[in-house]
Amino acid sequence: MRKLLILAAAAVGLSGVAQAADITGAGATFPFPIYSKWAEAYKKETNIGLNYQSIGSGGGIRQIKAKTVAFGATDAPLKGEELTKDGLIQFPTVMGGVVPAINIAGVEPGKLKLSGDLIAEIYLGNIKKWNDPKIVALNGDLKLPDANINPVYRSDGSGTTFVFTDYLSKVSPDWKSKIGTNTAVQWPVGIGGKGNEGVSASVKQVANSIGYVEYAYAKQNKLAHALVKNADGNFPAPDDKAFQAAAANANWNEAPGFGISLNNQKGAQAWPITSATFLLVHAKPEKPEEVQAALKFVDWAYKSGDQLALDLDYVPLPANVKDQVRNAWKGVTDPAGKPIF
Amino acid sequence: MSAVTDQFAAPSAPVRKTPKGTFDLVFRNASFLAALFVLVLLAGIMASMVIGGWPAFREFGFGFLTSSVWDTQNEQYGAWPAIVGTLSTALIALVVGVPLSLGIAVFLTQLAPPWFKQPVSTAIELLAAVPSIIYGMWGLFVFAPLFAAYVQIPLSNIVEGMPIIGTVLYSRSPSGLGILTAGIILAFMIIPFIASITRDMLDQIPSVLRESAYGIGATTWEVVRHVLVPQAGVSIIGAIMLGLGRALGETMAVTFVVGNANRLSASVMDPGSTIASRIANEFNEALGLQLNSLIALGCILFFVTFVVLVIARILVSRVKRY
Repeated sequence: MRKLLILAAAAVGLSGVAQAADITGAGATFPFPIYSKWAEAYKKETNIGLNYQSIGSGGGIRQIKAKTVAFGATDAPLKGEELTKDGLIQFPTVMGGVVPAINIAGVEPGKLKLSGDLIAEIYLGNIKKWNDPKIVALNGDLKLPDANINPVYRSDGSGTTFVFTDYLSKVSPDWKSKIGTNTAVQWPVGIGGKGNEGVSASVKQVANSIGYVEYAYAKQNKLAHALVKNADGNFPAPDDKAFQAAAANANWNEAPGFGISLNNQKGAQAWPITSATFLLVHAKPEKPEEVQAALKFVDWAYKSGDQLALDLDYVPLPANVKDQVRNAWKGVTDPAGKPIF
Repeated sequence: MSAVTDQFAAPSAPVRKTPKGTFDLVFRNASFLAALFVLVLLAGIMASMVIGGWPAFREFGFGFLTSSVWDTQNEQYGAWPAIVGTLSTALIALVVGVPLSLGIAVFLTQLAPPWFKQPVSTAIELLAAVPSIIYGMWGLFVFAPLFAAYVQIPLSNIVEGMPIIGTVLYSRSPSGLGILTAGIILAFMIIPFIASITRDMLDQIPSVLRESAYGIGATTWEVVRHVLVPQAGVSIIGAIMLGLGRALGETMAVTFVVGNANRLSASVMDPGSTIASRIANEFNEALGLQLNSLIALGCILFFVTFVVLVIARILVSRVKRY
């Protein structure tokens, strides 16, 4: 039996050598398109592949804690104490925005103006009709129908929902106390769609509906979106500049592991519902060479991946944040205590 | 080899070797092991469900079954809306699907002209082969919008404000998605199972029974009612239970069309959720107590299905007595 185990271990070890070039990662679905794009380009340059399983943020956190992957990926950043407890280092890779998608007959894309607490009241079920005086007050020039609002939300646990509910919690005390922030919450009204595609299918089909999706998704599928009032009282158009503006004004050192929220940041052009997505690695990994390869990959992506990200409607991190992240990597050491990056 | 050819060459030869005892024994044991495998597998599934769900049962106790709260924020979980959703969608599926299935089966075996019989039979078998996710997509993209436009919205306008009906059939967000839609899609999904099994059973009833009934002057309806249905009764209940089993456990199609709301509503037009759809929705991102609660939901579904099968057994044994 013992012999068999040794043999099995040797076989596993050998196959490990054969594929040592591949970096393993698992987690969030939101950055999956850009991670695979980066991986493709990286493989061409270095012949090192990336094996990324987009199983959702929760799964990514579970897998990195179980040490089955070199890095885990999550849209909802871990808190400081959780990072310390599990000996993890967290850093952002890329950013994106969440936009409210709407379907109201006669209202053109980018014309409807909403504020954060109006959105909260709609999702709380307090505002029931599109021609509610509070909505009309913001949109004096629009003809809004006397129809019930159909709110649509993500029914599966998702980083997008985390970002959206975090934003609503920031702008509406009522939302914060009744519903809160999470990857899945107890929605008081509305219908749930599974995945970005489920939400956008519902919004497209259901008249007088409102939903929320990743900007990249909304753009590629040509969903009509609404404008949202930002912290400075402006209504910027959601685009890469507006997301970058949100990142530029943020204090990235405010929370451990860069786990800050980019929601409702100051800045005249800042899009109010913006978020970064994060990677997790062990600070003292058992297999330092794997983590080293992963960090090298991210470093490459920081240097050469910005255009690829923009092509896919993601937003690269500001240069100074990238440097801060590289600085944080000094905390990742091999068993001897030597930094591996 | 030559012995075999000899045997074929002279099939009428009276020589017959006595069977070897060892093969019998091996065969017997092998099939016994195969049967045992099912029990072990089932016990394994049950055990993993109970162990995985135990923290949730311990935390919430009996309240897990009766509570309607599903709040990941405050780690409060209750299964009641999902249980109600599971049972009500399955019930709607049976109410819609069973009469249609029996109608199809009787028509195919008793009334259909031969040129029509074959295409319909093939179509039913094809329906059974369609993957559930295709039903879900069809339900979401084709059925739900039509249902909303031609049933939900007009109906909501009529019943709004009426007592009871105005609650049960009124839809606040007429999206076409909800408990009723899920039940109807499930009905379409179980029709092929019930219809094709019932058809096969009706086909197997000896024609002499039918002919004698016609001989003493029975009408087609009387033959179906008094000869065919009692004869095939046990099998029909078996077929319905098979369909019910699928309706209770169906995941992807329901997730697409049920509206995925973790709350209880008095209206069948409103979105809801089933046990399977909730697991499908939340399993990926679940951690800790939420994961335990989802597994506990799976455990409850297991139990519900078990109870349904027991009831089916009792029904079958009752029918047999007649």
